[in-house]
Amino acid sequence: MYKIVKKNEIGLRVHSYEIYAPEVAKSAKAGQFVILRIDDKGERIPLTISGVSCQESLVRIIFQEIGKSTSQLALLNEGDYIKDFAGPLGHPAEVKKYGTVVAVAGGVGAAEVLPIIKGFKKIGNKIVTILGARNKDLIILEDELKQESDTLFFVTNDGTYGTKGIVTDVLKDVMDKENINLVYTIGPIQMMKSVAELTKGKCIKTIASLNPIMLDGTGMCGACRVTVDGKIKFACVDGPEFDAHTLQWAELVSRQNLFKNLEKISLDNFRCNGNCKCHKN
Amino acid sequence: MSQKLKILERDPQIRKNDFEQVSAGYTNCEMLAESKRCLQCKKPTCISGCPVEVNIPGFIKHLCENNPKKAIEILNQKNNLPAVCGRVCPQENQCEKMCVLAKKGESISIGNLERYAADIIVKNDIDDDDDEVIEKNNIKVAVIGSGPAGLTCGGDLLKMGYDVTIYESLHDTGGVLRYGIPEFRLPKKILNKEIDKLKKMGMKIILNTLVGRTKTVQELIDNGYKAIFVAVGAGLPVFLGIPGENLNHIYCSNEFLVRVNLMRAFNFPDYDTPVHRGKHVVVVGGGNTGMDSARTAIRLGAETVKLIYRRSESEMPARKEERIHAREEGVEFIPLTNPVRFIGDERKFVRAVECIKMELGEYNNSGRRHPNEIAGSNYIIETDMVILALGLHPNPILPTLTKGLNTDDRGYLLIDDNYMTSIRGVFAGGDIVGGSTVIEAMGMGKRAAKAIIKYLGQE
Repeated sequence: MYKIVKKNEIGLRVHSYEIYAPEVAKSAKAGQFVILRIDDKGERIPLTISGVSCQESLVRIIFQEIGKSTSQLALLNEGDYIKDFAGPLGHPAEVKKYGTVVAVAGGVGAAEVLPIIKGFKKIGNKIVTILGARNKDLIILEDELKQESDTLFFVTNDGTYGTKGIVTDVLKDVMDKENINLVYTIGPIQMMKSVAELTKGKCIKTIASLNPIMLDGTGMCGACRVTVDGKIKFACVDGPEFDAHTLQWAELVSRQNLFKNLEKISLDNFRCNGNCKCHKN
Repeated sequence: MSQKLKILERDPQIRKNDFEQVSAGYTNCEMLAESKRCLQCKKPTCISGCPVEVNIPGFIKHLCENNPKKAIEILNQKNNLPAVCGRVCPQENQCEKMCVLAKKGESISIGNLERYAADIIVKNDIDDDDDEVIEKNNIKVAVIGSGPAGLTCGGDLLKMGYDVTIYESLHDTGGVLRYGIPEFRLPKKILNKEIDKLKKMGMKIILNTLVGRTKTVQELIDNGYKAIFVAVGAGLPVFLGIPGENLNHIYCSNEFLVRVNLMRAFNFPDYDTPVHRGKHVVVVGGGNTGMDSARTAIRLGAETVKLIYRRSESEMPARKEERIHAREEGVEFIPLTNPVRFIGDERKFVRAVECIKMELGEYNNSGRRHPNEIAGSNYIIETDMVILALGLHPNPILPTLTKGLNTDDRGYLLIDDNYMTSIRGVFAGGDIVGGSTVIEAMGMGKRAAKAIIKYLGQE
């Protein structure tokens, strides 16, 4: 059992948990993920590690309430326990000196990109961060990202914060003005796909950190398979980072829809049982 | 009586709708009748067919006397998982094949008798704890992986007084016994009972720990483990490498079975993990995993399940019993057929498999006839779900993250005659060194335990 030591709502239905997990905290590196299971009936949920506090043996995860499991996870409080918490999984991010690194993150991707830019900045890269979200309420970790970035741009679809539009609008501008050595992207698949298409034209090396459907997370099941450079790769053991220009994005987009119907059934069922916040009080 | 006493099986039309076992096992009367057929040979040949060398006539003798408690004691001397072995061992190729009676008529039904002895202990909650107190030697040994190889090796070391800790990457124990073998072949209650027994004897099991990532082999050595047994199983599923393989609703058998067995997706949405319930399912592969996948698909409500295999049925690696059960439950076998591509709909969900007919040619290195394509024989099978049961490659995580651990060119760990890897004090067995069945893995676990004891004695 793994204790939730700290809990904060850092955006609209976006939560930051710090979990007591000494073994994971000791070994975790930027870019790796954990798989957690809330209880005996729970599914295995992959979540990127957003930070670690080694001294306190805490591992930070940030998630948005989207489906059944994340909604259920959000109902837990400080002092509650999670049944299983396995990790760190996947390859650590390849943190190297590139020069100028542009990090493009969408939604909770902000949480995932944070330890990455921290690592890149530490060894002397110049960091330009572009954070996109649907609206102001979903912009998270502003202060922390600011601290790790030389320049930080916000983009919202409705214009309630920063530039109105999508991340690639701002990326285009940055590409015109700056000599970029690496683009690192993490967030919704459609966003990463657009980023990859844009940078491919200019031959800017681009890495995408993927978060596909996973089950065991140890290479056993093949659920997270993607095609890179014409070959099948498993995001959990070969990734989660891949060259965004040789990845087959269309396939990843369609594979993400695999359980859409069942996911809806699960969420509706959960809500009907009075578990959602809007029905509580 | 030269005929085996047939075990009563449930009607396929009924059992295909649930996850209960095919057979409830022998009744007491049946057990007595069958065990009395044993000739109690002075020089029993059956034992030589058992990878873990169970004293077969010994335990059957006690069953003859209607004393299952004594029988299980004999079984447990060599076998930490008798209820599992009684069910999933291919006895027809092992002990039962070597039984003297097999030459004259039909062998003793050793598997069913073993199962009876193990089950009755569970069913009647008979206290089968060894009264013998194990003298602890406080020497720490780590086992990586809680599947059949790890449990066997760990169990044997435990009985010899070693302080054994098993590290498991998943959230539950048992490895393939839990995530791979379906409930109707091996009820998880039975598995839990056998693992609980090892825990009661002092086995420590630490879950959610992927050795290589969560902690390294070197860290285990630094933590005072004097020997390590690597039994991480085969990891990566094999794919065909043909067009359309990543279309939606094409699963490898591991994914499908993990969803259903480990994650209990047949109880969705009570349990959170979803599984697709295909209506017209195609399974590719003729091994036991193929049969398990096909029969599970039927239980999830498939109207048709077609099982494609590139050789003829007689070459199928699956046990005969499993093939019979599968067919009884409505699985249609399509041998001498291979998929060449998968065809998707506009949303990228699989809708058909294009197959080609095969014929058997010359014998190859594996001792089987090589299947060759018959040009122009392509045809289409409509489907809404495909399960690929093509075997596994070794999982690269532990080998690649452990400096000095050597593998062969396919990725299997290299071991010497004493099951030791290229790192002194680190041993390996089971699928990660190239095993393929539960009992083979158990046999390796057993022999590795002996080698570890010998090694630690010399240190």
